Amino acid sequence: MAYEINGETFDADEEGYITDIGSWNEGLADLIALDEKIEMTEEHWEVVNFLREYYDEYQIAPAVRVLTKAIGKKFGKEKGNNKYLYSLFPYGPAKQACKIAGLPKPTGCI
Amino acid sequence: MADFDTPELKDFLETPALCPGSMEHSKPFVAAPVHQEALGFPGELVENWQEKAIDRMGELLDTNRALRVYLDSCVKCGACTDKCHYFLGTGDPKNMPVARQDLFRKVYRRNFTTAGKYVPWLVGAEDLTEETLDDWYSYFHQCSQCRRCSVYCPYGIDTAEISMAARDIMDHIGIGQKYSNEIIGKLHKIGNNLGLPEPALANTLEGLEEDIEEETGIAVKLPLDVQGAEILLVTPSADFFAEPHVDGLIGYAKVFHAAGASWTISSYASEAANFAMFIGSQEQMREVAQRIWQAARDLGVKRIILGECGHAWRVAYSFWDTLVGPFDFLDPAYPMPMHICEYTDDLINREKLRLNKAANDEMTLTFHDSCNVARATSMGGRPGGQFEIPRAVIKAVCNNFHDMADDTIHEATFCCGGGGGLLTDDLTELRVKGAKPRMQALNAVVEDHGVTHMAAICAICKSQFSKVMPYYGLEMDAIVSLHQLVSNAIVLEGSIQEEELDGTGEDDEAGESLEAEDEVAAIDG
Repeated sequence: MAYEINGETFDADEEGYITDIGSWNEGLADLIALDEKIEMTEEHWEVVNFLREYYDEYQIAPAVRVLTKAIGKKFGKEKGNNKYLYSLFPYGPAKQACKIAGLPKPTGCI
Repeated sequence: MADFDTPELKDFLETPALCPGSMEHSKPFVAAPVHQEALGFPGELVENWQEKAIDRMGELLDTNRALRVYLDSCVKCGACTDKCHYFLGTGDPKNMPVARQDLFRKVYRRNFTTAGKYVPWLVGAEDLTEETLDDWYSYFHQCSQCRRCSVYCPYGIDTAEISMAARDIMDHIGIGQKYSNEIIGKLHKIGNNLGLPEPALANTLEGLEEDIEEETGIAVKLPLDVQGAEILLVTPSADFFAEPHVDGLIGYAKVFHAAGASWTISSYASEAANFAMFIGSQEQMREVAQRIWQAARDLGVKRIILGECGHAWRVAYSFWDTLVGPFDFLDPAYPMPMHICEYTDDLINREKLRLNKAANDEMTLTFHDSCNVARATSMGGRPGGQFEIPRAVIKAVCNNFHDMADDTIHEATFCCGGGGGLLTDDLTELRVKGAKPRMQALNAVVEDHGVTHMAAICAICKSQFSKVMPYYGLEMDAIVSLHQLVSNAIVLEGSIQEEELDGTGEDDEAGESLEAEDEVAAIDG
């Protein structure tokens, strides 16, 4: 499949994860989110931006616990838990938020 | 939630009405050329695929005597028909184990038996057509290789072996499954299924050390790549990443700490899982297992302990020695391999761990026997040890435990619905429906015995349950790691938990004086 913004095409795999990580931009994130029936709010961006920062450093999305801890530390304790992240990304923070952040899907027994 | 109906749970498990073809649309994504070629398979369907497939089938029959016996010995007695969770959850007759086998058997008969060659119409022999190949791809990816059917088969026919063979043949003609093959490629490249590179692993482990210290006040370590450590822990990479897996990993670390063990995780072999078993590839299975042998030797460890991973335990227990052995550099005084449950159980029996069962009092537990552990391995060097030891550990750390119905546990256990390389989002419908028999049994103890949580010792089971339980009205965190329970109960020396139980510990009779205070409080109250 592919996403299209103003005539520009972004290739994605069968599940909607973009294939060229470098081509990601915020407009694309909004579009992917729309596809996932998510309206991006400031809270969503906090998570997406953290994922991208972590990926830049480690070439992988953070573990769920790393994510919850970092979000809790950065944006307040009430946000540092799984339930909060699932309320933002109902399909799972690891997979759905990664898709919106333009990162590859985490694989394995997860 | 989804474009299919979640099966309804009733008072007892019914044999469903037949719904022919109801699951023929279920097919996982096909591996891309890049995933195929990384494992040495053709990138896409080869031109002479029929010929190649039959050639490969012949090779498998020559090297795997069991496969030929399974194909020859079925008498169509029907004992297996209602034993598969995917049949029970979907009603599709091709999910009856015998029908699944027959998709393969008819091609075998046509090409490798005299009757099938000359009078195919008499013996149900058929050529491998495009339609059959399509059925293969669909229905051999609706078998989680759990082997429950083989328990009830009077001949012990193992559908898992047939489904592995079918997947291997499909890989060899260029149509592999994306989920498994992409993951195996990642393991070859990075060392684990997740693709978690060493710096990220180190960072994750450091974070967990901080968490444990915050919780207990004790600097419990999760050592990485420690040369000369005594124990190498090999655990599924999901233990580093997912919930509730990570709580199990914390449990192992606390147990090692309490035992004063010298242990390490390896960044080179940071994966216990061996997905090559799912695709039936001996060559890949050997390559994946080789990393662990190599890491153990390079680090100079004396023993290897496996974390909570079902099929990893099967591969280690049943295949390691012949695949990549000998492990003659390890200390023969210890079992090889050893399961983390055996390790913890031994410490409990020798009273080396202080356990506060009350820490788990808010839960009432049941235990899900993971299929590969239950039906393909043992523990403790005795028959049935694989059932007894995990339960013994749970009972040592929890006050409230109830088993599910007898015909759904031990060797009769129902698969979680996500094993055998099917734990992928493109098979969500199958996974939800296939979980029905287990959900039914769980629901019964929830209603009758107030069970609140189910413990498991397999990364796939844990992820599968946390995903499918909400479809059946259960909370996603109702699934827990067995060592998560140990982690909750264990009282480390000098920890905050010890202080809470014993008082400040300033005098040696702290425990007694606390009891005395309790009595006073009780009288006052």
